[in-house]
Amino acid sequence: MNVQSPTAPLQPTDKAAGAEDTNVAEGLWSDIWRRFKHNPIALAGFYVVCLLVFMALFADFITNDKPYYLNYNGESYFPILRSYLVGAKLAQWPAELLNVDFKKLDGVKALYPPIPYRPSNINLLEPLEPPSAKHLFGTDKLGRDVAAGMIHGSRISLSIGFVAVGIAALIGVILGAIAGYFGSWTDLAISRVFEIMLSIPTFFLLITIAALLPPSIFLTMAIIGATSWVGMARFTRNEFLRIRNLDYVTAAVALGVSDRKVMFKHILPNALAPVIVSVVFGIGGAILVESSLSFLGIGVPAELVTWGSILQEGSTTTFAWWLAVFPGFAIFITVLAYYLVGEGLREVLDPRLRGLR
Amino acid sequence: MTGYLVQRLLLMIPTFIGITLIGFIIMRLAPGDPAELRAAGGLGAAAGAGISLEKRGAVDEAMAQWRTQFGLDKPLHVQYIVWLENLLTFKFGDSFKDSQPVWDKIAERLPVTIQLNLWSILVVYLVAIPLGIYSATHANSLGDQVTTVLAFGLFAVPLVWAATMAIVFICGGDFYYLFPPGGMESLDFSDQWPIWRKIQDHAWHLFLPVVLLSYSGFAALSRYMRSSMLEVLSQDYVQVARAKGLQEKIVLLKHVLRNSLIPQVTLLADILPGLIGGSVIIETMFSIPGLGQLGFESVLARDYPTVLALFTVTAVLTLIGILLSDLLLAVVDPRIAFGRRQR
Repeated sequence: MNVQSPTAPLQPTDKAAGAEDTNVAEGLWSDIWRRFKHNPIALAGFYVVCLLVFMALFADFITNDKPYYLNYNGESYFPILRSYLVGAKLAQWPAELLNVDFKKLDGVKALYPPIPYRPSNINLLEPLEPPSAKHLFGTDKLGRDVAAGMIHGSRISLSIGFVAVGIAALIGVILGAIAGYFGSWTDLAISRVFEIMLSIPTFFLLITIAALLPPSIFLTMAIIGATSWVGMARFTRNEFLRIRNLDYVTAAVALGVSDRKVMFKHILPNALAPVIVSVVFGIGGAILVESSLSFLGIGVPAELVTWGSILQEGSTTTFAWWLAVFPGFAIFITVLAYYLVGEGLREVLDPRLRGLR
Repeated sequence: MTGYLVQRLLLMIPTFIGITLIGFIIMRLAPGDPAELRAAGGLGAAAGAGISLEKRGAVDEAMAQWRTQFGLDKPLHVQYIVWLENLLTFKFGDSFKDSQPVWDKIAERLPVTIQLNLWSILVVYLVAIPLGIYSATHANSLGDQVTTVLAFGLFAVPLVWAATMAIVFICGGDFYYLFPPGGMESLDFSDQWPIWRKIQDHAWHLFLPVVLLSYSGFAALSRYMRSSMLEVLSQDYVQVARAKGLQEKIVLLKHVLRNSLIPQVTLLADILPGLIGGSVIIETMFSIPGLGQLGFESVLARDYPTVLALFTVTAVLTLIGILLSDLLLAVVDPRIAFGRRQR
């Protein structure tokens, strides 16, 4: 290697370029936000997404059969917080509170969350109750509270959306980058893979794999991710094909920068716009797919309450309209929120992009 | 043009092999052997444990026999090549579930699914194209924005929700009985009915499934139509047509519409996979005896030959669909055949 002069003076400049990169990245995001917030519809979608994330994170504090605060035998307890500590093996329940139903304790003062049930609380005395003050969205045929199930179900929907799209973006960006950067035979070969994925009936492939493997949330995430990356890969490939021929890339290659560094450090940041948009749309799409899967009863374990599984019960118990209306509306609002954010981002990032994926 | 055709056809070969390979690998690497499943189905849940040793021996023997009969005892690559050979000669084998030839099962159900999907495609185009034309000619007006938002909202409506709502509220549950909750014909359907009554009954049963399969396609297609029409409207020759005093109606219908309709042909390839996925849900929910329902049932029963055949048939049909729409585009727009593919 030429250890001497040519590279030596470049070192500081290289660092400076690195520092500038992070500045540029910050500038990009604040610029996006500045323009994004002028679009009221997209902004509304963004706030709905924030609300959903908040709901998913704090589901235990919104619906729980344990009280926030409990005064028992003159002692104060914070059962919800304590259940986290117990879960982390940092604390234990006092013997008299272990596995008890807090609501049946005598002579206690307690403060309960707005929905005092967990999705797993089976109450066979109250099956298929219509919505009332006691059960806001009614109960299912095992007497489980639908509102509680829906709020906890948002965790599953959102995490599947995020993780599946994360996997899809990883595969899509890497394959698209390789195809677009190297071009010619590599591109031709990888484009065949795209064509295969485009012709395969994805949903059918999905239910096939999901039905053959044991039900598990993580597998479902992985399968949805592994079958939904083509759109992102094609966008990335096209951007790479375009940017590859720009002067600054030729300059970087001429300077002897490694292929990997050119691809992921110099080209990728400029090729991200369409990927960001399709990631946001992809989250909405993955949530839709997950709801169809759990509606069909494949992929997610049967005992888990998800939006799709409540909806499924609604389709077989036709008089219980609340089982059909509420969870479906939740899926609709969530997906719509992501699509609105995606559309807003598209207008900000690249008005030339068309279509809906 | 011939060169382009040959090139596209040659490129289809690796794609075809890839599709069949993926289907084959997934089916064979999944845990659970069809022979075991068949034994469990035939002897109840007791196949694994709780039966006497001699009976267990009989079960094992029968399973070994099935394995030989279906070629499951050969190495994977041999199984693949045998299957591929049969595939190319349209021999899909017999179903594991009921020993019927797979091809017969598919042929019996194919017309139903094709009918459902053709109507849906027709509805999508008939609704979305006029919507797109309206949006483009009234660009940025209130009407344009309302149509865009509505189409976008429909795109986000989960199919399973829309179908469930229909079943609960308008298919004879506790609410209204406007449409039948499933099937392709009424229970008292008879061949003696006059033709108009048969058509009426048929339409009554197909209406909901077709609407449910098509609504999500409105958004994509109408937006593509809108932008493609706006693009054509901004071109010089439209300006010329207007300048020479043609009526706006003639400019739009004769000069703009034709050119902006061309790219919509290729969108068929984008709609098709969604329709196939939708058919699985809709046919299962409305008990329509089509390929989607067959697919779902075969997947649950691990009926390998049927699932593999369906998987390949739908993928190859989609591949041909993509090819046809590309070729059609190359015929109407000769620039395509010379340059790169636009998709």
